[in-house]
Amino acid sequence: MAFEPKEEQKELKYEELRIYSDEELNNYTDEELKNFKIKHDIPMCDELESGPWPSFVADAKREALHRRKLADGRMMIEREVVEDMLGQLEVSFEHGETHWKHGGIVGVFGYGGGVIGRYSDLQDQFPSIAHFHTMRVNQPASKFYTSDYLRSLCDLWEYRGSGLMNMHGSTGDIIFLGTFTEQLEPIFYELGHVMQQDLGGSGSNLRTPSCCIGKARCEWSCIDTQAMCYELTHFYQDELHRPAFPYKFKFKFDGCPNCCVASIARADMSYIGTWRDNIRIDQEALQAYIGGEILPNAGAHKGKDWGKFDINKEVINLCPTRCMGMEDGKLMIDDKECTRCMHCINVMPRALKPGMDTGFTILFGAKAPILEGAQMSTLTIPFMQSEPPYDNLKENVIEPLWDWWMEEGKNRERLGELIQRQGIQKLLEILGIPPMPQMVKEPRSNPYIFWKAEDVPGGFERSIDDYRTRHAR
Amino acid sequence: MALSTERLGLFNPDKPMENRLTDLGPRHFWQYFPPVIQNNYGKWDYHEILEPGILVHVAETGDKVFTVRCGGCRFMTVEHVREICDIADKHCDGYVRFTTRNNIEFMVDSQDKMEALKKDLESRKHVSGSYKFPIGGTGAGVTNIVHTQGYIHCHTPATDASSMVKAVLDELFDYFQGMTLPAQVRVSMACCLNMCGAVHCSDIALLGYHRKPPIIDNEVLDKVCEIPLVIAACPTAAISPTKTEDGKKSVKIKEERCMFCGNCYTMCMAVPLTDKEGDCVTIMAGGKVSNRISAPKFSKVVVPALPNNFPRYPEVCQTVKKIIEAYAADANKYERIGDWAERIGWERFFEKCDLPFTEHLIDDYRLQYDTYRTTSLFKFTDAAWEVSKAVGGIK
Repeated sequence: MAFEPKEEQKELKYEELRIYSDEELNNYTDEELKNFKIKHDIPMCDELESGPWPSFVADAKREALHRRKLADGRMMIEREVVEDMLGQLEVSFEHGETHWKHGGIVGVFGYGGGVIGRYSDLQDQFPSIAHFHTMRVNQPASKFYTSDYLRSLCDLWEYRGSGLMNMHGSTGDIIFLGTFTEQLEPIFYELGHVMQQDLGGSGSNLRTPSCCIGKARCEWSCIDTQAMCYELTHFYQDELHRPAFPYKFKFKFDGCPNCCVASIARADMSYIGTWRDNIRIDQEALQAYIGGEILPNAGAHKGKDWGKFDINKEVINLCPTRCMGMEDGKLMIDDKECTRCMHCINVMPRALKPGMDTGFTILFGAKAPILEGAQMSTLTIPFMQSEPPYDNLKENVIEPLWDWWMEEGKNRERLGELIQRQGIQKLLEILGIPPMPQMVKEPRSNPYIFWKAEDVPGGFERSIDDYRTRHAR
Repeated sequence: MALSTERLGLFNPDKPMENRLTDLGPRHFWQYFPPVIQNNYGKWDYHEILEPGILVHVAETGDKVFTVRCGGCRFMTVEHVREICDIADKHCDGYVRFTTRNNIEFMVDSQDKMEALKKDLESRKHVSGSYKFPIGGTGAGVTNIVHTQGYIHCHTPATDASSMVKAVLDELFDYFQGMTLPAQVRVSMACCLNMCGAVHCSDIALLGYHRKPPIIDNEVLDKVCEIPLVIAACPTAAISPTKTEDGKKSVKIKEERCMFCGNCYTMCMAVPLTDKEGDCVTIMAGGKVSNRISAPKFSKVVVPALPNNFPRYPEVCQTVKKIIEAYAADANKYERIGDWAERIGWERFFEKCDLPFTEHLIDDYRLQYDTYRTTSLFKFTDAAWEVSKAVGGIK
């Protein structure tokens, strides 16, 4: 099965797009790099070059040297931007305080997000990072790339920016770190016109959606995470680029309850793939696990001797619902009692697989602590099936939800906080869904129910005179 | 069309809206899948971790894809990305992938190609000695630490991110390259409470935290900030309006109400919090996002404050290592740090990890009651005997 893009995709060939020649790209030797000193004294940064983990300082120094050796006019912002960034980092270590100014409203015409303004508060000392704006570039779903694409992006960014980036930012975008205001529009233009590539979200709008690796290389994914992520990102471009929400809003797509993109902790709307039929069992492979021919958990515990695999101890007795057991040498699962936690499947991937009748669960409202404390997403839609272009999802869930939040949400109030403030009952009303016990860990332990007049026989209208006919004052 | 080398490229500042392209969205993912991924989309049968950092996925078609996972700094330069491209071109027909936790994954379709790729990756080091592409981050070990910007780009951090991650991962490197733990340990780092990285559901979370109330820049506050917004930004109602001696409108702060979240500073540049002595590192533990065996959990504060000892944070590194070692020695197979702490009891967690339990670790914010223990079920530890002694209940 191949997926078709919404618009024809321009083929990007680095040889046609490139800015720098091979000679320019290979303009220094390891020997020069070893002897290279940046213009500032940075003893604390230098300490971060030792040790086995990749050193970002060592990496930054190569970019600094590379820029030193490029010819004049081959970079549109200051040559010494990387050196000044390291210099300011050193001063920040000394002072124990950041030296980036608060805020700065910059952007590209027509968009309210995608660019984060940043200015140094030590501009005299570090003029090359006087402006150090960030741009968010919307990554392709699940972050597969070709070298043609990445090399072209690198040339564009080195030519018009610092050459420093994040692969990737927390939300999922490719981050360009540090350029001057003048170059923001040119970069946006080149991205769009040459690379057919857009910016991601920032500010009070739909943030760049992200997804797990899904069916591309995982046997557990119950949904086409990339296809959902791509379609909804494209369909909601207006919401992504033009802030009209009370605060940020995140979609994240996990293919199964293992939650590799942490949707349940990070997304206002968390999609988690699941199934409603039975776990598929290959009894022969199961015997191979029991017999020790196949290592449990795909070999994840190989580094230590945990003893012989014991299916009772490691699977059956760890099952949170105790819905499985061995009968006549066969594993039996009472699937209607299973909560699909994935443990047995994770431990014996060659013997057990998720069911075939798949869909996704939707949970709402996760966020980090700012402001009223961290929240995880709340289980709301137990199971839903949707096919591209996902009209039932858009029309019945996403849009009524946004309408409510845009109408009722206070400035900087995340969806999860609105749900808490107005109650799950309100959410049910908005989505037109009935309550289910699965929405709560347990029923309320206080009887402070907000009864409505229509819930109570006779309503709330009563006469005190009538009351007094039965009760003297 | 080549990338432009004109100063302003294709952009014409006199006619900014001319031929403007907007709302293109991300490029389509399918073209970036290598053939073995395209051919086996949705047909994967099972996978196996051959050794730390090396996976094989086997499809129903019989096709295999070998993945070599390498740690990456989230912060990287175009020079590093170009080197990644060189490796992708040399071994992987030009394809490469990044994971949610900033790892780099190179994929090939045969064991031989995998061996050559592995050898190549292991040989690449920075001139100052660190690995460029350490292989690991799979299974029951410590994978890459996701983190935030810190001093490299952010205006609100209470510590730096890239340096702390480098220091901690140097310390935990054997766990990155090994699979010796009871289960996976996800370490995450955020340099302030805004938690761009949403570290609040991690096995171990490192969190930069401010500890001094904002200082007020009365000179400019009224000019650069909306005073009602600053007041409304405070979740504990610690901020109120005031006038300075010379009659300027400003705000004042009830210091005992401040819990240092920094939300006021997000709204107003005239109330900075950062301070060399005040800013610290808080350690949280026991969170997770997976639904496996037990429900996802928040991380809990286990160390209220460690010093920002730049650039290598020895106290933070040692504490993280101590927690992981205690966990490695005591937890059952498949048990995450949070599951382990709940099984043995948090009192035993503090004892086994040799961490002091201070009053800061008892919740006194909203919903604090949910964390009180309302049962006589507890274990005796030294901390308990201290309480008994304090009331003269034992000698």
